[in-house]
Amino acid sequence: MSGAPPAVSEELLARHGLDQQEYRRICGILGREPNLTELGIFSVMWSEHCSYKSSKIHLRRLPTRGACVVQGPGENAGVVDIGGGLVAVFKIESHNHPSYIEPYQGAATGAGGIIRDIFTMGARPIALMDALHFGELSEPKNRLILEGVVAGVGGYGNCIGIPTVGGETVFSQRYGNNPLVNVLCLGVAPRDQVFYGRATGLGNPVIYVGAKTGRDGIHGATMASEEFDDSSEQKRPTVQVGDPFLEKLLLEACLEAMQSGYVIGIQDMGAAGLTCSTSEMGSRAGTGIEIELDLVPQREPGMTPYEIMLSESQERMLLVTEPRHEAKVREIFARWGLDAVAIGRVTSDGLLRVRHHGQVVAEIPNQPLADEAPLYDRPAGEPAYLRAAQALEEDAIPPPADWREAVLELMSSPNLCRKRWIWQQYDHMVRTNTVAGPGGDASVLRLKDTGRLLALSTDCNPRLCYLDPAAGARAAVAEACRNIVCAGGVPLAATNCLNFASPENPETMWQFSQTIDGIRDACLALGTPITGGNVSFYNETRGTGIFPTPVIGILGTLESADLVTPAAFQAEGDVLVLLGPDGPEQVRLAGSEYLEVFEGKVEGVPAAVDLEMEKRVQALLAAAIRRGWIRSAHDCAEGGLLATALESALQARGGLGVELVSSGAAPAHRALFGEGPSRVLVSVSADNAAALLEHAKAQNVPVAVCGHVARGAVRVVYNDAELLTMRVDEIFEAWDQSLERRLHPERMVQDEAVR
Amino acid sequence: MKTAVVVFPGSNCDHDAEHVCKTVLGAEVRQVWHMDRDLGPADLVVLPGGFSYGDYLRTGAIARFSPVMESVREFAGRGGFVLGICNGFQILQEAGLLPGAMLRNSGLKFVCRHVHLRVERTDTPFTSKYRVGAVLSIPIAHNEGNFYASAEDLESLEKNRQVIFRYSSAAGEADAASNPNGSLHDIAGIVNRRGNVLGMMPHPERASEPQLGSDDGRPLFESILAAVAERVEATV
Repeated sequence: MSGAPPAVSEELLARHGLDQQEYRRICGILGREPNLTELGIFSVMWSEHCSYKSSKIHLRRLPTRGACVVQGPGENAGVVDIGGGLVAVFKIESHNHPSYIEPYQGAATGAGGIIRDIFTMGARPIALMDALHFGELSEPKNRLILEGVVAGVGGYGNCIGIPTVGGETVFSQRYGNNPLVNVLCLGVAPRDQVFYGRATGLGNPVIYVGAKTGRDGIHGATMASEEFDDSSEQKRPTVQVGDPFLEKLLLEACLEAMQSGYVIGIQDMGAAGLTCSTSEMGSRAGTGIEIELDLVPQREPGMTPYEIMLSESQERMLLVTEPRHEAKVREIFARWGLDAVAIGRVTSDGLLRVRHHGQVVAEIPNQPLADEAPLYDRPAGEPAYLRAAQALEEDAIPPPADWREAVLELMSSPNLCRKRWIWQQYDHMVRTNTVAGPGGDASVLRLKDTGRLLALSTDCNPRLCYLDPAAGARAAVAEACRNIVCAGGVPLAATNCLNFASPENPETMWQFSQTIDGIRDACLALGTPITGGNVSFYNETRGTGIFPTPVIGILGTLESADLVTPAAFQAEGDVLVLLGPDGPEQVRLAGSEYLEVFEGKVEGVPAAVDLEMEKRVQALLAAAIRRGWIRSAHDCAEGGLLATALESALQARGGLGVELVSSGAAPAHRALFGEGPSRVLVSVSADNAAALLEHAKAQNVPVAVCGHVARGAVRVVYNDAELLTMRVDEIFEAWDQSLERRLHPERMVQDEAVR
Repeated sequence: MKTAVVVFPGSNCDHDAEHVCKTVLGAEVRQVWHMDRDLGPADLVVLPGGFSYGDYLRTGAIARFSPVMESVREFAGRGGFVLGICNGFQILQEAGLLPGAMLRNSGLKFVCRHVHLRVERTDTPFTSKYRVGAVLSIPIAHNEGNFYASAEDLESLEKNRQVIFRYSSAAGEADAASNPNGSLHDIAGIVNRRGNVLGMMPHPERASEPQLGSDDGRPLFESILAAVAERVEATV
């Protein structure tokens, strides 16, 4: 063993994000003190990012089993059976910290990383989605972050040729110094051609493929496991640089090698690079791996073992093949112009043995390194803010002074305005499978040659999660599933990206634990097991953390293209029907978009989702779509009934408008802008309205007829009082142009001057 | 019809072009790797969209040196039909098979959306199934689609009626608001003088099935089918 043990100072440990107790555990595993390379290896594998040490005991409560689940959490991505001999492989992952430090590359490599996770399993990636959270656009810095992140996701996805088909973008001051960039990737593979990250077969060669290893990204995983402070921008060198062209070649070469039957196990080198891929592949298979670092393709001379093992250079993979296929594997990669080098072999001793110039520089048992990071049951306590934030006098919230102005302001608010400026920068059509693209409730992709389709949705309303984390998490699952049903699908399985502040703060841990309970309840009730995901802690800067933000991704299936249902109105005269609970208890201004936009508050106790009611509403809607009754369906969420109706009109072609006529005991602004769970606004032809109403009553789902699809104008009547009449194109302009105007306030000033 | 779809490193619309030719039109399709010099028996060669060589240098600038391009040039020289879509158009320009060059979009952003195109000519093998002045809805998806050519080249393009598609309004008017990328003369697609090589930035292969929102691109492929059938008849 070369390399003398380091003089382990507190400072050295702190730089590696380890504490004394963890260090003692390392010494126990090794039976000696680690050298510096080994210390580095442990520090990345035991970082929060890689080990889930603060979250694991909670994550165990999530439901991960179901008839459709082929592979649950623990592999590179979840795998579910979608029928017809096919599986879907999907997962969502965060790249929050890098995207704050370097927005373009942070977001780009976030996309690159999750794409690798999918094709590592043998699946061809067919779609991306992004769930983005930014600070307020009045801050120039947040505009730069948004521009960079969108360009980064687009730059990577467009080049590699995977369509970005949807997602969501949320703005709140809480994400100002901690933007969230979560990217979901979906792939499809034949059921019998799924690959796993397992290094089996003693003596089998371990082959390194893809980009050369450089000094970039060293300690990226550790950076992602710390809070930010004023010096964080100095961490820019820990952000990697993406090369989507190289990944495109890697994708094609890997799929070719896998389909040719030459691959035994394969894993991408993401966070913690070579360290993570070797130790995890060995650990899963119960084997050892021995590698010689001199053989690792390197971008620059003089790299130390520490640097090579910890590098997070992008677009690299590790695979295990049989000796007789080694030449074939090399040939495939050579054709794509890529390095494929045997850097070691599978051994029986269960050790990760790393040599450099022939000398052993690290020797660590794989299994404890990969799986025995300390687990923490961190203290949790109800946050101090909660009671004050929940106290809200609903009746004291004033109605709008001017309904016309209020509608224009709300529909052009950052959260409700059209996100065309973002998704127009994404190629959302390449591969010609996108049947329903960005802007709708869920995106729908056809599976060519099968007649079947998949639907995808991501969701989280962080205001609800802040005001009641468990209820907010239930609402996120319920809404993501509801979106799938609105688009014509049936929810099948879930993935989640849990974005939180520092786990060392008991209030965060309480939020986290509550969130897990909420996700569990909703996923069990709605039959969507969690198949994988990611936890991102430490989204906190100078003591201010983000709202708890559990982004839920739901995958659904459609048996036929006839079921695809738009959110946009289709024909003048169609009858509007609101499905779901609509009483004053279920529809509140607490935690609503209205309350934030007009009162600047995130307060109150939002109406909690009744999961039994949710199931009934979704079942009713799915059945009604299958009977051919539904012309359009749109989830009634942020902005309430009025915003929902407007969105369906604004997305329609041919200048359709809406006449919204409703009544109730609540004041008009609460009934029209209030938000509540389990509600869907559908439009049906006049002929089918009666059948839908009758069917809803039989299924014990509240329904209300609330107007019809009009032409050209918006008219709102509540309790027989006319509140609003305006042209739909006036609202369209505000809704459609808002994001661009907010991003370029200087142009707005010019516009004003011109006028 | 026998179709060869050329695959460069970084092509990403190769499968889409294959799908349209094979499944929608029932043509025979072969993928031809860019290192191959043999196009095989082909009536149509498609240079698909994508990011050949990552487009890290000028778009199409490296791909034009691929060995297959020599065969494409010979094929075009013999009068074979060549269709370059998006990156394929850019490669044809770099290879000198079509005039002009693509600048970055005037908005400096990648743009993916449906645009309207006006059909300028129907007496070509690519457009016989359209009518002159028809307005098509076909998507674009590019960062460098801002057509530029010297004044002389532009004059010659117009004089020889080589502009096949122009960006337009839904009503067929060419105006600045309908031009998505700043292209000179609103140019979206051009042919060579002989009329057997078409380059276009919009993606007809993404608009050939109603399920995808538009099938306005399908007649383009059907026109090629008809032109190939005519040729076969002529030789028989």
